Amino acid sequence: MGDLTYIAIIIAKVTAIFIAVISGCAYATWLERKLLGRLQQRMGPTYVGPFGLLQPLADGLKLLFKEDLVISKSERVIFAISPIIAFIPGFMAFAVIPIGPPIELFGYTIPLAVSDLNIGILFILATTSLGVYGIALGGWASGSKYSLLGAIRSSAQMVSYEVSYGLALVPILMMAGTLSLHEMVSQQAGGWLGIGNWYVFKNPIAFLIFWICAIAETNRAPFDMPEAESELVSGYLTEYSSMKFSMFFVGEYANMLTAAAVMATVFFGGWNGPIASGPWWLVIKVIFFMVMYIWIRASFPRIRYDQLMDLGWKVLFPIALLNVLVTGLLMYLV
Amino acid sequence: MLKTFWDIIKTTVIALPIGLYTTFKHVFKKPVTKKYPKAKSEMMPRYRGLHYLERYDDGTERCVCCGLCAAACPADAIYMEPDENEKGERFAKVYEINMIRCIFCGFCEEACPEEAIFLGHEFELANDNRDGFIYSKDDMLVEHPRKDRPYKTIYRRTRRHSM
Repeated sequence: MGDLTYIAIIIAKVTAIFIAVISGCAYATWLERKLLGRLQQRMGPTYVGPFGLLQPLADGLKLLFKEDLVISKSERVIFAISPIIAFIPGFMAFAVIPIGPPIELFGYTIPLAVSDLNIGILFILATTSLGVYGIALGGWASGSKYSLLGAIRSSAQMVSYEVSYGLALVPILMMAGTLSLHEMVSQQAGGWLGIGNWYVFKNPIAFLIFWICAIAETNRAPFDMPEAESELVSGYLTEYSSMKFSMFFVGEYANMLTAAAVMATVFFGGWNGPIASGPWWLVIKVIFFMVMYIWIRASFPRIRYDQLMDLGWKVLFPIALLNVLVTGLLMYLV
Repeated sequence: MLKTFWDIIKTTVIALPIGLYTTFKHVFKKPVTKKYPKAKSEMMPRYRGLHYLERYDDGTERCVCCGLCAAACPADAIYMEPDENEKGERFAKVYEINMIRCIFCGFCEEACPEEAIFLGHEFELANDNRDGFIYSKDDMLVEHPRKDRPYKTIYRRTRRHSM
C-alpha cells in the first residue's frame, strides 16, 4: 500500500467517523427530546421539519448565533479551552471502535476502524477519563461558585466510578486474553443463535457494573450530579453560552455514544448479529443503549451525593473486585 | 448501612424494573399536549373571557345604560354615557371597558338587569398599545344577524313594555 493511499484512506476514515459521530450526537438530542417527551406523555419537538427532525439543526444554528459571554471574573484562556478539552476525548475514543468487518477496496484490505490499536481498551479508558479535565477546568475557570461545586462533584464522581469502570472490564480482558477490540469482536462471533458467544452472557455482572459506571461516567441521570439543575443551577455549564456551551453539550453526547459503542463492542459482540453481521448491528446496539439512557433518565430520580459515593465505593467496587477474583478462579478451574 | 440480602434484592432486582415499566407504559398513551397556537381547545361553558353586549332579536341593543355594571365593578373598569333615542328609550352612547383594569370577575354580568353584558370565551387580548385595551361598543356588540350561537343563555327575549 502506497504511503499516499494509506494517508488518504486514514483521512477518509477519520472524516467519516467524525461526521457519523457528530450527526449521531445531533440526532441523539432529537431522540432524547422526542422519547423523553413520549415517556412523559408530551410530544417533543414537532415544529421544525417532519416529526421535528430538523430540530438539531435549528438548535445548532440558535447556539451559533447566541452571544458568547465572557465572565469578567473568569480565567479567560482556560475558560475558552476547557470546552475543547471536554469535546475532543469523546470523539477520540471512537477511533478504536471496530465498525464492521474489514472490507476489500481497490485491492486493499481496509479494517473498518480509524485505528486497529492492540491496546484499544486502554486507549478508550484513557481518553474517556480525559473528559473530566474539561469539566473540572471549565468549572474552576468560570469564577462562579455553582460552576466550581459542579466541577468538584463531577471530578469526584468520575474519579470514583473510573475505578469500577476499569475493573468491570478486567474479567472480560482475562477471558478474551487480548486488549484489541477487533479480536474481542471476532471472538464473540457465532455461538448459539449467533449471540451465544457474547460476553454479556458469560459475565453479566461485569456488564451491569460497567453499565452503571458508564451512566455515572457520562454524567447522566440518575447520576447527573455535575449538572443537577435543581441544586446547582447548571453545574459547570452555568457560565457557558453559545458555541462553548454547545461544545460541552456535544462532548457529553459523544461520551454517551462512546460508552454505548464500547458496551456494544465489548459485551454485545460489536458488529456481530444473529443474521447478516455488519455495521448496522453496531448501530442498532448503540441506538438501543441510547434509548436505555433516556429511559433510565425518565424513570429514576437523582440519587444523593453521599449515596452516589456509597454506591461507587462500597457496592460496585467490591463487587467488581470479587468478580475479577471469581472469574479468575473459574478460568483456572475450568 | 447494613442491609439484609432481601433488602438489596427488593431495591434493585424488583424495584428498578418496576420503575422502568411505569414510565414505559406512558409511551403508548396519547400525549396530553394541546398544540395551542395551531389548535385552540374548547372553553368551559362558564369561562369568563372578553365581554360582549347582547341585542334583542330585532337588533336593538339590550343595554339601557343603568350603570349597575359599573357600580358592581370592583376594578372600576366600566365607563358609560347615556342617551335617548327618538322613541325615548335609553341606550348607552358610550360604553367602554378598560381591559387592563378588568379582572374578569363577572360581577357586571351578574349585576345586569337587562341581560345585556356577558363574558364570552375570547381570551387572546394581548396588545402592544395601551389604547388598544379600551374596548368600546364597536368591539363588544354582537353583530346583528349573529353567526355563532351565544355563549350564555338569555331568558327574557323581548324588551320590557315600550312606552
